[in-house]
Amino acid sequence: MTLNRRLIATALLLVGLGLIPIIAKSIGYLFLLTLFTRIVILAIAAVSLDLILGFGGMISFGHAVFLGIGGYAVGIAAHHGYYSALVQWPIGLAASALFGLITGALCLRTRGVYFIMITLAFSQLVYFLSVGIDSYGSDDGLTIYKRSTMGGLIDLGNKTTFYYVCYASLLLCLFLAWRIVRSPFGRVIQAARSNENRLQVLGIATDRYRLVAYVIASTMCGLAGILLANHTDFISPALIHWTRSGDLMIMVVLGGMGTLFGPVAGTIALLVLEEVLSTITEHWMIVLGPLLLLMALFKRGGLSALLGGRKA
Amino acid sequence: MREALVEVVDLVKTFGGLVATDEVSLTLHQGEIHAVIGPNGAGKTTLISQLSGRLKPSGGKILISGRDVTHLPVAARSRMGLARSFQITSLFFDFTALDNVAIAVQASRGHSFRFWQDVTTDEAIYGPARQFLSRLGLEARAQVPAGDLSYGEQRQLELAMALATKPRVLLLDEPMAGMGHDESAKIIALLREIKNDYAILLVEHDMKAVFALADRITVLVNGAVLASGPPESIRGNPEVRRAYLGETTPKEGGVR
Repeated sequence: MTLNRRLIATALLLVGLGLIPIIAKSIGYLFLLTLFTRIVILAIAAVSLDLILGFGGMISFGHAVFLGIGGYAVGIAAHHGYYSALVQWPIGLAASALFGLITGALCLRTRGVYFIMITLAFSQLVYFLSVGIDSYGSDDGLTIYKRSTMGGLIDLGNKTTFYYVCYASLLLCLFLAWRIVRSPFGRVIQAARSNENRLQVLGIATDRYRLVAYVIASTMCGLAGILLANHTDFISPALIHWTRSGDLMIMVVLGGMGTLFGPVAGTIALLVLEEVLSTITEHWMIVLGPLLLLMALFKRGGLSALLGGRKA
Repeated sequence: MREALVEVVDLVKTFGGLVATDEVSLTLHQGEIHAVIGPNGAGKTTLISQLSGRLKPSGGKILISGRDVTHLPVAARSRMGLARSFQITSLFFDFTALDNVAIAVQASRGHSFRFWQDVTTDEAIYGPARQFLSRLGLEARAQVPAGDLSYGEQRQLELAMALATKPRVLLLDEPMAGMGHDESAKIIALLREIKNDYAILLVEHDMKAVFALADRITVLVNGAVLASGPPESIRGNPEVRRAYLGETTPKEGGVR
């Protein structure tokens, strides 16, 4: 029953997100569409992080690096005159997957706090690389003058269209994550979080599974990066900064780790809160901080725990 | 004579200056329960850890079906048919009892790089899982998180998981530790019932269980084999009595 409650809550949330353009138009508050485009994109990143952090117990503190890689793939391709999504997107996804594979193979040799530190180190490495490369704007970033083109079929320049492309991407990622979590592969990932040593004694070489999960999450976050660059028409090293990785973690923890409802709800909560509080005071972090603290102390399961029941 | 399933040859393990395993040799045959006994710190768990691959031996060899596995990792040995239960209960505590066995069944069915199959409704996994669970008498507790089971139940679940991997060799590290009388009687009956299908290495402190079950007993003292043989010869061995069996009566212990 509690499972159904969570399913209903997730469905309502997704239907609500689907109606945003209509709501925004009818109340004449188009700014809402921009905010929620951003929310939907970052929700993809949060879902991808939750796959490894919540379900897999791999606490990555450098996940935003994949936002950067996806984003820079679009920006750099556009800078050289390649606008087709058929060029930009596969490059962005492949680069994210490859970077995830290489760094993951190294990071996953460590556990616990070392894993946190080494993922952070790799993301900061890329951050300083992006700051250092003058031909791609270094500190100032790179303006993207034209969004990814889709052969005239879909115009990403149209705000509503773009929103629905992002929305469809989120649905796709959630569906993939849902299938993965229930699959034999997903079982292994969750069991490895619970007791990795025991899993090895059962004959499962956990390293490979964890690495594949890491690469899947990297690629998914790369997609979010691709969309984010198109959304802001601009990329800069700020995309990769460690505070961005922290934001993603907060979204997952706030919403509820190890659930699919959690990262989506957490992203909405964090960005809406940020939006509302920052109109009241520029020091909105002063309110947000204690709020997170209370959440961590009293409601471990995040927003999704408010729905009751066990993890599903 | 039947070929040995597991052969341990001159196994040595040192931790710095401490010799935890001192040239131990023993064999496990199918259909046989080989008990390893010895006082605390004799190196019993260290021996099992080396057999399962958790610890690397400093010297000597371990063979499974004649194949040298001394340098193979834990998971590879497990795929060769080795299953281990832990002295300190090791479960997926946030999974239900049934899901614990289900992941063990899943592990025995080859690799798990299957991303699209819905395991939660897969009878090929949950059917056998329920069978192993009820074999240990836990069917009523199937949906209880493993962390909420009683200690004795957790030990039983541990054994159900070991069996669910369809092993040929069972390494049981004090499977009855912390169990009540009825529970251990149940495990003794179960082990006797299933032993024909496996080669079993049993480390156990409960001497009644050991002498009721073992076909062969090896006595370890300070990491070395003091004696090895059928239960009658061990029971009558004066050295063993002095070194180990006798220690339970304070009088003889005092004489040492």
